[in-house]
Amino acid sequence: MRLITHNMLSCNIKGVTNGFPLRIEAGNVIEKEVDFNPDFIRHMFAKLEWKALVEGARSMGYAELPEDSPDAAVLESDESFLKKLHHALLELHLEEGALVCPKTGRKFPVNKGIPNMLLHEDEV
Amino acid sequence: MKLKQLEGLLGDLEQFSNPIVELEQYPTGPHIASRMLFTAENSYGDITDKIVADFGCGCGTLSVAAALLDAASVIGFDIDPQSLETATLNAEELEVEIDFVQCDITKLELKGQIVDTVVMNPPFGTRKKGADMEFLSAAMKVASHAVYSLHKTSTREHIKRAALRDFNAKSAEVLCELRYDLPKLYKFHKRKEVDIAVDLWRFEPKHN
Repeated sequence: MRLITHNMLSCNIKGVTNGFPLRIEAGNVIEKEVDFNPDFIRHMFAKLEWKALVEGARSMGYAELPEDSPDAAVLESDESFLKKLHHALLELHLEEGALVCPKTGRKFPVNKGIPNMLLHEDEV
Repeated sequence: MKLKQLEGLLGDLEQFSNPIVELEQYPTGPHIASRMLFTAENSYGDITDKIVADFGCGCGTLSVAAALLDAASVIGFDIDPQSLETATLNAEELEVEIDFVQCDITKLELKGQIVDTVVMNPPFGTRKKGADMEFLSAAMKVASHAVYSLHKTSTREHIKRAALRDFNAKSAEVLCELRYDLPKLYKFHKRKEVDIAVDLWRFEPKHN
């Protein structure tokens, strides 16, 4: 699971109103390079939940993203920032670990890169 | 990538080893899958450089097709862990990156407007009544630009009405009618092979 996916996942237990973002417990993280597409990264930026991304990246061992969401000028001029964003979003893979609901503490296990978001009977 | 090439690559994918009839697990053949994704990209620009979600991805045929057509990011969702394992192998085999998530699509909560396009070959509702509508409803909540889906031609009017009236569709269009050849997969199948008429739909949600 990469952070681009994590940025949209939310806890879906019945009664939990704001189960986003899921906290990441990283067991095993691997890195795989993919081609850098600056236009796509610029376009993505506006749709991201920035804090969730920064915290998620930090949990996976990558602390290069700025705490505060930078403004548009940075996107245009600073390629090194775009590359960091690219790396965080698309090149870090959580292979083993868990996603933890911020409200209930319920852990959704991640095995072989796949988070299991299936709910138990008493959670639906 | 040319259509024939895409079709060829998809034809090599691993499919369900022990299909679960209750989930209506049927492989999406390379003929349909390649045409579906090719049309989505060539006629509408909905795949390349886009974030694509595959609902009920099974062994990942549509996900792999999206990745081969250079989607920026592909996420496959399915409830069955064994299919997801096969899907993972398929992605590795074709050297494409796909994130997979195990979940019940009807209970999924996705935040934000990240997903551009949803592609899917959902259950037709022959085992669990209404499953096709549940998938369509879920897809329309998630996609910001378009949903591509396959439904039985016999349900055409019903689907159109539901999409426009209940699922927030700005438009609901049948792009073409295809023959879905289903091989004899389950014990209760009497004929060796059967052909059903399916519609390839394109829906646009209202919010974006």
